[in-house]
Amino acid sequence: MIRILILLLTLLPVGTTAQEATATFGTGGSTLLLRSTTDLSIIRPVMERFTERNPDIRVSYEQWGSNALFEASRNACEGEGVSADAIFTSAVHQALFLVNAACARPYRSALTTALPEARRWRDELWGISEEPAVIVYNSDALEGDRVPRSRFELLDLMRRQPEALRGRIATYDIEASGLGYLFAHADSLEASTFGAMLEALARMDAIATCCSAEIIDGVASGRYHIAYNVLGSYAAQRAGRHIGVILPEDYTLVLSRAYLIPKQAGNAPAAERLLDFLLGAEAQTMLADIGLVMSVDPSETGLLPSARRLIPLSPPLLRALDGSTRARMFHLWANAFERDGGG
Amino acid sequence: MSLASRVLAAVLALLLAGGVCAAFWTLYNGRIAAEKSYDRILLGAASDIAESIRVQRGAPVVDLPVSAFQLLAQAPDDRIHYAVRGPGGRFITGLQTSHREPGRTAAGPVYFDSELQGEDARFVRITRRFAERDFSGEVTVTVGQTLLARQAMALELVTGALVPMVLAGGVLMILAWAVIRSAMRPLDTLSEEFSARDPQDLTPVSTEGLPRELGVLLAGMNRFMGRIDRQVEGMRTLISDSAHQLRTPVAAIRVQAESLLEQEDGPARDRSLARILARTRSLGTLLDKLLSRALVIHRTESAPREVLDLREVALELVEASDHEVLAPDAELRLMIGEGPVMVRADGFSLREAGRNLLVNALKHGQAPVAIGASVQGKEATLWVEDSGPGIPPQIEGSLGARFQRSTASREDSVGIGLSIVVATAEAFGGHVDTARTDGRFRIMLVLPLCPEAPT
Repeated sequence: MIRILILLLTLLPVGTTAQEATATFGTGGSTLLLRSTTDLSIIRPVMERFTERNPDIRVSYEQWGSNALFEASRNACEGEGVSADAIFTSAVHQALFLVNAACARPYRSALTTALPEARRWRDELWGISEEPAVIVYNSDALEGDRVPRSRFELLDLMRRQPEALRGRIATYDIEASGLGYLFAHADSLEASTFGAMLEALARMDAIATCCSAEIIDGVASGRYHIAYNVLGSYAAQRAGRHIGVILPEDYTLVLSRAYLIPKQAGNAPAAERLLDFLLGAEAQTMLADIGLVMSVDPSETGLLPSARRLIPLSPPLLRALDGSTRARMFHLWANAFERDGGG
Repeated sequence: MSLASRVLAAVLALLLAGGVCAAFWTLYNGRIAAEKSYDRILLGAASDIAESIRVQRGAPVVDLPVSAFQLLAQAPDDRIHYAVRGPGGRFITGLQTSHREPGRTAAGPVYFDSELQGEDARFVRITRRFAERDFSGEVTVTVGQTLLARQAMALELVTGALVPMVLAGGVLMILAWAVIRSAMRPLDTLSEEFSARDPQDLTPVSTEGLPRELGVLLAGMNRFMGRIDRQVEGMRTLISDSAHQLRTPVAAIRVQAESLLEQEDGPARDRSLARILARTRSLGTLLDKLLSRALVIHRTESAPREVLDLREVALELVEASDHEVLAPDAELRLMIGEGPVMVRADGFSLREAGRNLLVNALKHGQAPVAIGASVQGKEATLWVEDSGPGIPPQIEGSLGARFQRSTASREDSVGIGLSIVVATAEAFGGHVDTARTDGRFRIMLVLPLCPEAPT
């Protein structure tokens, strides 16, 4: 039937190119170049299913870091370098920036127009997934009442047991990770707890590092007790191995991974078909299975609908990329964190 | 083109012209309204950003308020531009785009249109001045947005106004059609009635239930038909009168001429000739009367009416001196007063009527004969008086019938003369009256007094 060829799965040295991994799905004649920040290992079954359903399309999947992908996409928009046919990124503020800079092309279908307002913009940017930003903890180190259910409880915990947690709290390095920066920015807008949280994290000598996998593995191994603002989908992949996941009860940020078709896309029709596939019921079920689409049912997640804060794909996200905003955020961050050195 | 379709076309043209005007007006208004409301949003966002500028260590820094972006997101699908620049155009923060920007102008907000990455966009630029110890100068904030929301709003406003207008126009058209149809229906009925009418039928058309305008038209038409009817009737009368009146004298002349042929020369023949001559003369007089009557009847229908003084009519009759021919010995008195006796009538007809009265009195009455004009209440009277017994009562009773020939009268008799008088009186809204006082007989032509007597 359909043979799935994994041609290349290589970790390339950092610096020469920003691609972290590449793979090809399907054997069709029409090649779709998809640049994504989503881990290949997570998204693989979805891509395989897509090429099964669309045998004429061959998907060339490139996994990128969000900042590098942003850089490459901006350059491609200005005519430098090869443009992707589709971009699928968790750094939605960067995606929104690209659309605002007229780097995307519009597309309308029954599925895209059925999306809620907060998950599409200008018919050029669409939110595919729904993933919470969670607190991950090591279930050996913390259990029972000590597990913080909200940001306030986390703050209390850090105040009560500074010694036990010193150097054992991790979060994204916002300079290295577009996603981490996006969450921090959303936190700064969402609540006054942000200042207190930064202060507490600084007091705890918290570790800021680059990558989801690294953070979660660190929690699993007991190196970190708590990781703050980690993308829930990555945690779900590793849950069970001494790991607990909390959707903060005060509010839980929900990210909708963004999909866009660059203006310079060479194979836009294939990109449109992939978009409709991803928004279709089959792909959405698969995405839910791998943790990319969270349930809205409070009895399943323990999260009240009022605490659910979807980061809307709308112009206010542009503020996140503003030079002065970034400078101030980085300044605050740098004051608070001891750099991990990695990333 | 029928009247109904003309009116309908005019109404349609009016509605269309009005609709086009209103459409342009709403289009213009809609655009202005959309422009204004979204310009306010732009200005609000720019002001928000300008408010957030602070001077820190000798340099302006911006803490971009998210509210500015939320304001701009009121136009949910429009791309955004913003830029903050320090003195000399030094870029502080924002998005780097290339758009045309107007030069420095007044201090207030400057709105301008330009392009944002190939798409039409609207911009506002405001300037904030700083005069701090360590920084002084101007910082400008430029905010721009593409036009999708404006156009959508303008379209919405315009369709919101136009759709009911088009509907109302349609309803108006239907109403106008119905109204015009119902207004035109009497005309249709009327034309049907006329086409169904017998050509000989000159009776008046009923004006009942017709609109007033049509009633006026119909009344005019009825008057016109009445006149034709009367003229036709007059002609018929003239012919039958003439036939009736002429048959006897012409037959008499013929008989006498035939007997003349059989007679020898001599006194008998001369007598016959004299009789024929007398007959012929009287036939001439009769013809004159008949023609004069026909003329009077015709004139009373057709001649324009003038304001006349009856005294003048009486005077003219006396001065015409006809009586001197008829009765050279008779005494004729003119009895007129100081005041005018004004009527509205035809002079010729009045003179004919008066002459007939006078001639009758001279011929059949007894001297002295008097003619005069006087006012009695609201009536003007032209009268003739003599000392005789007057008209025999059986004739007086049927006064004014077409012709009267009493057994006593001769062929040039009073009959036609009186009928002229009666016809004249009736034509001008009056009547003929008689009176006997102190052994004198007076016959009067009574007409309504004309109120607007000339001074």
